[in-house]
Amino acid sequence: MIPRTLFAKVWDAHVVHRFPEGPALLYIDLHLVHEVTSPQAFEGLRQAGRRVRRPDRTVATVDHNVPTGDRSLPLDDPIAATQLDALALNARAFGVELFDLASPNQGIVHVIGPELGLTQPGMVVVCGDSHTSTHGAFGAFALGIGTSEVEHVLATQCLVLSKPRTMEARFIGRRAPGVTAKDLILAMIGRIGTAGATGHVLEYTGEAISALSMEERMTVCNMSIEAGARAGMIAPDQTTFAYLEGRPRAPSNRDWGRTVMAWRQLASDPGAEYDRRVDVDAAAVAPQVTWGTNPGMVTDITGYVPNPDDFATAEERQAVERALAYMALAPGTPLAGLPIERVFVGSCTNARIEDLRAAAQVARGRKVASGVRAMVVPGSQQVKAQGEREGLDRIFLEAGFEWRNAGCSMCLGMNADVLRRGERCASTSNRNFEGRQGAGGRTHLMSPAMAAAAAVAGRLVDVREWS
Amino acid sequence: MTLTPFIRHSGKCAALPRANVDTDQIIPKQFLKRVARTGFGPALFHDWRFLPDGSANPGFELNQPDAAGATILIAGANFGCGSSREHAVWALAEYGFRAIVAPSFADIFTANCCQNGVAPVRLSGDGIDELVRRCRAGNGAYGITIDLEAQRVTDDAAFSAPFAMEPYRREMLLRGLDEIGRTLLEEPRIADFERSRT
Repeated sequence: MIPRTLFAKVWDAHVVHRFPEGPALLYIDLHLVHEVTSPQAFEGLRQAGRRVRRPDRTVATVDHNVPTGDRSLPLDDPIAATQLDALALNARAFGVELFDLASPNQGIVHVIGPELGLTQPGMVVVCGDSHTSTHGAFGAFALGIGTSEVEHVLATQCLVLSKPRTMEARFIGRRAPGVTAKDLILAMIGRIGTAGATGHVLEYTGEAISALSMEERMTVCNMSIEAGARAGMIAPDQTTFAYLEGRPRAPSNRDWGRTVMAWRQLASDPGAEYDRRVDVDAAAVAPQVTWGTNPGMVTDITGYVPNPDDFATAEERQAVERALAYMALAPGTPLAGLPIERVFVGSCTNARIEDLRAAAQVARGRKVASGVRAMVVPGSQQVKAQGEREGLDRIFLEAGFEWRNAGCSMCLGMNADVLRRGERCASTSNRNFEGRQGAGGRTHLMSPAMAAAAAVAGRLVDVREWS
Repeated sequence: MTLTPFIRHSGKCAALPRANVDTDQIIPKQFLKRVARTGFGPALFHDWRFLPDGSANPGFELNQPDAAGATILIAGANFGCGSSREHAVWALAEYGFRAIVAPSFADIFTANCCQNGVAPVRLSGDGIDELVRRCRAGNGAYGITIDLEAQRVTDDAAFSAPFAMEPYRREMLLRGLDEIGRTLLEEPRIADFERSRT
């Protein structure tokens, strides 16, 4: 037998048919749906007189545009309300399970999938959202799709896809104290660029990856798309199985042993070949912070805003000049010490319980700097409830952070949670694109601990020097 | 959904030679609350196209008089990166673009283009540089022909460059295929696959 990669094993097990022109018809185990990219898909089904082929493999929630403050109805934003109503109507009409604003299971689609045990090793998972790559942390092949493809999956439970190439991202050595999963992935993206893995499925390997908790692995896989990858994956192991055991939608106790045995077979075989490989010296990674307008524009917190002249091509120089103008940063400025007005702890990248604990540990007994508005937005209502059981809400509230309801919130600012023009934000989210968190807003991506420390200091600081 | 087939298109060009244009720029999030596939064109490149007071930004490439009526966008590398929002393609199409020509595209964006009859045409970086030069020198009169059947981009002044496209995607564009209808023809295979797994 030719040794196969984790990705190849999952892919091979899901090919329903190979079209003569090349691509495969790939079977989808789990389709996650949210309010923003689904209404046109359901409408398409309706117009064509089609049904949802497997409502039992389809789960919906509301996350992108929901308010994270007052949730009493009617919502302040009537257009957002229309979109939420459309999803409720579609879910009812097509028999799809929906976790709506009133549900204790509501939350960011990529937080609730794993939390409920819906996401499992070896699955193919899709969602009309690019950060679907998050679910790859379980050894699933999980990818974001557009709305036409959402409609296709609803109607057929399959996706037409050409087989992506594979790329191994090997993280060698152990990460240093104060360095998080977010720093590992940002450092990798900084190295290979935002198109560095286009057309590829990344598999993260190495000692520094095996040592990560499930939640940290989700942070890493979440940002695969920021390197351009179709998906990111990590081989399932004891950490994965322990996380899943007993979750509401995980396989039952009766099937557990047999299921885990099958999951163990998924890891890449020794000698399996990848199309490409990148090595990252995990031990050398420092806490990261972005300075520009895409996630590849990133450096160590001890670093400086770069000079456009130091870049090789005219295109790069222009891009850096544009980014620095937008970010209002001068070349040579140290990143540590940069004053901020806003802090956002949240998003599908960093709003799980471990993220909130890390931020709370920094915030405990301290105060948010005057003039800074800091928000904590749990990734799900379950995470919120867990945080409250642990008293994290008290820590944040006493420190002057806002403690809000679950949703995507200021990661993309579709609701009222937005930056004002010119505001600078320390954010645990995944994208620092122009206007992403609000037109004219300036985003610096970093880990939860770094963001919490920035809230207290009122400026970017190196969390490793934080006593 | 049936689409207008894309076989051969001749049209005027506009150039936006910036790398890594993400879908947040193509259609900012404040416009994603619509539940229809239409109405996105007026918001295309909103935050670049308009100044904070709502007036047209005179510095933005597509606001130049020369760019009016363009149906082909010449763009930079990694065009359409970031969010999976198909709204970006709906906005480009509604604004009038039938094709985007760039050195490279993000994966999800490529798929979204083909689902909507918009051709993502990959040319070499040198080819793009040349097209940008000719577009700028043309003062609003520069056009090219994209022949998807022959997989070649040409103009009236001896520019000619081949391009590659996944055969399946090309076929979809050429025929204006309803992909769902096509997959549903494979229903027996899908049902067999499901049975084989239980």
